[in-house]
Amino acid sequence: MDMKQHCVKLSVQPSRGLVDEKFTVLVQNLLPGFQLTIHALHQCEDGHSWEAFAHYTADATSIVNVSQDPSLGGTYSGVEPMGLLWSLRPVPGSKTGLRWRKMNVQTPMGVTISVYQGHQTEGFLDQVLLASVVVERWYMAPGVRRVPITEGRLTATLFLPSGPGPFPGLLDLWGGGGKLVEYRAALLASHGIASLALDYLTAKITRETGKMVDNDYFETAYRVLEQHPQILGSRIAMLGLSFGASVTLRMAVYSQVVKLRCAVCISGSHVQPIDGPVEQINALFNKNIDKIHLDKDNQSILRDMLLPIPTDPSLKVDVGRLQCPLLLVVGEDDQNWPTYESAIDMREMMERAGNSHLLTVLSYKNTGHLIEPPFTPFVRASSFRTVTNPPFTMMVLWGGELVAHSLAQEDAWRKTLVFLRENLYGGMKHGALFSNL
Amino acid sequence: MNLVRISRGILSSVYFTTRQLQVSGHKCLRLSHYTKHLKPWIHRGFSSMSHTGPPVVSVHPSRAMVDEAFKVQVENLPLGSPVTLHSVHQSEDKDYWEAFGHYFSDHRGTVSVADDLSCGGTYTGKEAMGLLWSMRPVPGSREGLRLRKLNVCIPQLVNISVYSGHVGGGFREQDPLASVLTERWYMAPGVRRIGIKEKGVRGTLFIPHGPGPFPGLLDMWGGGGGLLEYRAALLASHGYASMALEYFNSAEVNTAELELTYFETAFNIVRDHPQVMSDRVGLFGLSLGSIVSISLAAWSSVVKPRCCVCISGNHTYARGGTIGGVFNEFFKNLHKVRMDENNYEIWRGMGLPIPDDISQKVDVGKINCPILLVNGNDDQNCPTVESAEDMAQMMRAAGNEHLLTRLKYPDAGHLIEPPYSPHFRATKFLKDGQKVILLWGGTTKPHSDAQEDSWKKIFAFLEQNMYSSSDPRAKL
Repeated sequence: MDMKQHCVKLSVQPSRGLVDEKFTVLVQNLLPGFQLTIHALHQCEDGHSWEAFAHYTADATSIVNVSQDPSLGGTYSGVEPMGLLWSLRPVPGSKTGLRWRKMNVQTPMGVTISVYQGHQTEGFLDQVLLASVVVERWYMAPGVRRVPITEGRLTATLFLPSGPGPFPGLLDLWGGGGKLVEYRAALLASHGIASLALDYLTAKITRETGKMVDNDYFETAYRVLEQHPQILGSRIAMLGLSFGASVTLRMAVYSQVVKLRCAVCISGSHVQPIDGPVEQINALFNKNIDKIHLDKDNQSILRDMLLPIPTDPSLKVDVGRLQCPLLLVVGEDDQNWPTYESAIDMREMMERAGNSHLLTVLSYKNTGHLIEPPFTPFVRASSFRTVTNPPFTMMVLWGGELVAHSLAQEDAWRKTLVFLRENLYGGMKHGALFSNL
Repeated sequence: MNLVRISRGILSSVYFTTRQLQVSGHKCLRLSHYTKHLKPWIHRGFSSMSHTGPPVVSVHPSRAMVDEAFKVQVENLPLGSPVTLHSVHQSEDKDYWEAFGHYFSDHRGTVSVADDLSCGGTYTGKEAMGLLWSMRPVPGSREGLRLRKLNVCIPQLVNISVYSGHVGGGFREQDPLASVLTERWYMAPGVRRIGIKEKGVRGTLFIPHGPGPFPGLLDMWGGGGGLLEYRAALLASHGYASMALEYFNSAEVNTAELELTYFETAFNIVRDHPQVMSDRVGLFGLSLGSIVSISLAAWSSVVKPRCCVCISGNHTYARGGTIGGVFNEFFKNLHKVRMDENNYEIWRGMGLPIPDDISQKVDVGKINCPILLVNGNDDQNCPTVESAEDMAQMMRAAGNEHLLTRLKYPDAGHLIEPPYSPHFRATKFLKDGQKVILLWGGTTKPHSDAQEDSWKKIFAFLEQNMYSSSDPRAKL
């Protein structure tokens, strides 16, 4: 089939896109009935290789269009336009417990998409490669500016959208793993929201003083946004995942300084001791360590540490006092935090208080804890290093099932952006801003 | 509430951030960008009291190839209000190029450039890409400018802004409502760029990503000279291993002494590359590059091009001799140069009348590969259309006219560039060491349409001849 080798044409549009943009993968000049495998390969920053693949058979049109044609098998099946990204998993022989995260957002994620002859499942390097292209996936849109922030002893990075502004602002918090994780803030800035990624567990100030930060640290971060000449001080939101959601709820309800236009809590809970510093949330976990149990694969399930949801009001944020719209994103198979139960309890509290019109809950079946931006490779469990002193590493079960979780990531992100847009930009219902998602 | 407005200089079209671009494992360039806001200003026009937030302008895709279309949209505008969409680009020579269109927002406060009509500006009507192809140097610029990307490893940056009202000029002195930066690339990810310096040949070879082998192209520009890589980079991004050849007005190559053998050697460098299909190498030229292509296709016993794409070329050159010799002949007709009302030089007369004497022309009857001619009816530099007509007659007489395809575009000029490139009607040119302004011709809108249409047809032609099976009649 020598001629086939010369003729097969592979194209991916766009070749350079934002990480949450869809692409179209097209293979042309095939013979009807021709069997091929489309393969995606990515080498992450740690040097590990991730791959995905799918089997297709060309029909009479001699074209395979991944957005329209079904995969007959591989790391995903059926019609899945973005399956080559979200079904990426470590190549055979990789270390266990890997999780995919881009720490350097100034360079793109490079993915090599290739077409191989036949329905292959392994040993791709030895197969007949027909065509290959490189695709770039960016967290930062052109013109987005990355500004490290150290004022107020913060460890943070501000991402300003392209253009003169002013822009609405957002404080972005990740979870218990700590570190300064920038990619979601970079992506939000690419959508017109000036976003501050904040390290609050492993911040410089904590490394220097040994003490965990408190409410004033977050209030300082809020002020940095509020006072920035290119940010609209009255249009600031907060978005937190996991532990970050706990902080978000605490600030939204109790802080005299933080005045949020809206809040988003992903995979979080309102259960926390409300008197006392943020550190107490950690203490609560430490007290309940015996509630961690292992599944049959020796993966740690932490969700019971916060169960049952307490009835004592001093042990949970009084969401009945919330004055801004709140979006909760819940994975019903979250094995790490009891987000589903917490969401139910929060709704009850808000209904009793009469402010439940502010609440929107997005709840997804078979979806786990790590609800990331769309097309992020899914991991059901991964190696987790605590920020305790001394730190220890365990294999944590996040939960979720590949296809449902990936669909949930896409849906939740789209709805989160609509929620933020409506509350921060006000009045925009349709449009191009997020039309490619 | 306070409306504080500090007028400031131009939008940040000088723009820097640090990043490294990996091109298929080959480090292309570390480019430094840094953001420079000439003056910070505070614009509180959209304060906490307003119901809606600030307008947002967006471009999809935000990073695209230069020949890819984009969609420009503005949202969150006041309903039914007049606005101006504006684009600006600072070239590598530090000149500013701009375009703008006048619109009205609809009942939702949006403007979609791809769907709405511009009622004024540098373009009118429904023109999705008008903000690029209608660009021209900003008022006060030097005369006779031409926009050509020299560094193809980094993108062309274009800033798109929206202004309140129907603005006709003075964009630097006003604050836009919103703006966004977009990148336009000549090189797709994974394309490799290889400098060529062998056997006396100078050029740059671009290889597509993938296992190959690929069809190849020798890409030749015209009498402007130098080494222009941008079209070869784009061709490679479409799957053709392409070498941009340096042969004219070059510090590296003694043009006057060049004979056909130089081009034969260059062609063979492409043909012999391990990732190129040796029986599928074509020629791609514009102006002088087309003349070379036609000559090679007819006269060379050494190279056998698979096909030829000849933009704005002609065939009225006698065989043999050096390029220098060709030009000496050409300049014997200097008295036929006319000047237009702006004192721009019109050279097309120098090539007329087309001689009847076959020894004064390339013997196109000897061409035995498909050849595509792309010409503009308003070419003021070269009588390309007349020449194409004569070529057709010669080929008809010789029995190989079936190899010829002619595209001719009304009101298009000489410089038929890749799509969305601004129209260059008259630009500076070095003639015998002297700077003159040559009239290339064309009217902007039809010329831009010609650029778009011809590019599509060129690729269909290349696909047919370079990628398909050897017998074109087998394809239904």
